Amino acid sequence: MKTRLKMILILTLFACISGGVLSLVYIVSNPLIEANMLAEQDRSIFLVVPEAKSYEEVTKSGFTYYECKDQAGGTIGVAMPANGNGYQGSIRLMVGLTPDLDTITGLAVLEQVETPGLGGRISEKAFSDQFTGLRTDPAVGWVKNQAPESDTDIQAVTGATISSRSVVAIINKSIQQLKEVL
Amino acid sequence: MSDLNHTRRGIFGEFTKGFWKENPILVMLLGMCPTLAVTTSALNGLTMGLAVVFVLTCSSLIVSIVRNIIPKQVRIPTFIVIIATFVTMVDLFLKAFLLDLSKALGPFIPLIVVNCIILGRAEAFASKNGVGLSFLDAVGVSLGFTVTLIILGGIREVLGMGTFFGMPVMGVRFERWVIMLLPPGAFITLGFLLGAKNLIDGRMEEKRK
Repeated sequence: MKTRLKMILILTLFACISGGVLSLVYIVSNPLIEANMLAEQDRSIFLVVPEAKSYEEVTKSGFTYYECKDQAGGTIGVAMPANGNGYQGSIRLMVGLTPDLDTITGLAVLEQVETPGLGGRISEKAFSDQFTGLRTDPAVGWVKNQAPESDTDIQAVTGATISSRSVVAIINKSIQQLKEVL
Repeated sequence: MSDLNHTRRGIFGEFTKGFWKENPILVMLLGMCPTLAVTTSALNGLTMGLAVVFVLTCSSLIVSIVRNIIPKQVRIPTFIVIIATFVTMVDLFLKAFLLDLSKALGPFIPLIVVNCIILGRAEAFASKNGVGLSFLDAVGVSLGFTVTLIILGGIREVLGMGTFFGMPVMGVRFERWVIMLLPPGAFITLGFLLGAKNLIDGRMEEKRK
């Protein structure tokens, strides 16, 4: 009985100390983590809609996007977060569009767990820059191992067709959703 | 610290054994999951290694301090609670200050909790030895782990991307060996490292005779 009580007491004691210490660490680090997230959001929005000076969060029927404004306050673009599945896990994107949603003004890959060196290269500038100025009507497409001829196509990363295709599919799906709510 | 007198290897030996004789990766083959998964670049290896240095050193110290009050029936859960506390700290720290690295290492930082090296050192060493020795053991073993991860990550990064710590080293005409960045590359490189270590050990053994 005595050992049993001691077992319970010791383990409870350690769990409580651990909980206490972690709460303190969390209180200190959480504002920093949230600031990081916000800074990343700011950075990605201004990256995909380069002319924007400020933005406003809009939520319409469960779909969140950002209306980007110039100095005078006129809407000059839309930044929309887009998520979906890649080859190995989920991919999070920020897509910048003109207000009529016809042209992509920029793409930022926020998070991905694709194969490093292959699919992971969708995070590289060389890949995401291809989307700047891309037409979205009727839909974004992709080609393999050659320079794209159409102004709606991008070239897939060599050896990472699935990851490249996923990015394109996520963009198309999100643009569709955005068109429906707008 | 009376326990310093009882050690077989001496203080220095307890520290250095982690680098070669009892290298956690090359000899004990522990912690294979992060070893194989995160070593796609030298920097990832270094970060993972440093996270393990922090977690192992802190948890070994605490385990060694409290080793006499923990009933042996609940020692494993207690160790895990202690280890998980430090791992969560590292995870929060990386997210707060080094977001990019935190993203690159993904779930493998939280998974340090179940890394056999850490529980192994707590169980096999820190729970049986004094604070000073446990500290040396933990620092030695975790630095040995770090160095091996950097070597493994370095080889894979140089051959797979043509860079070392992000700097190009192979020249522009180098064709990247993409397989080195994929899981098979991790196994192949680790295999060669294990072979190389055994070869060197064998040579040294012969010389002694």
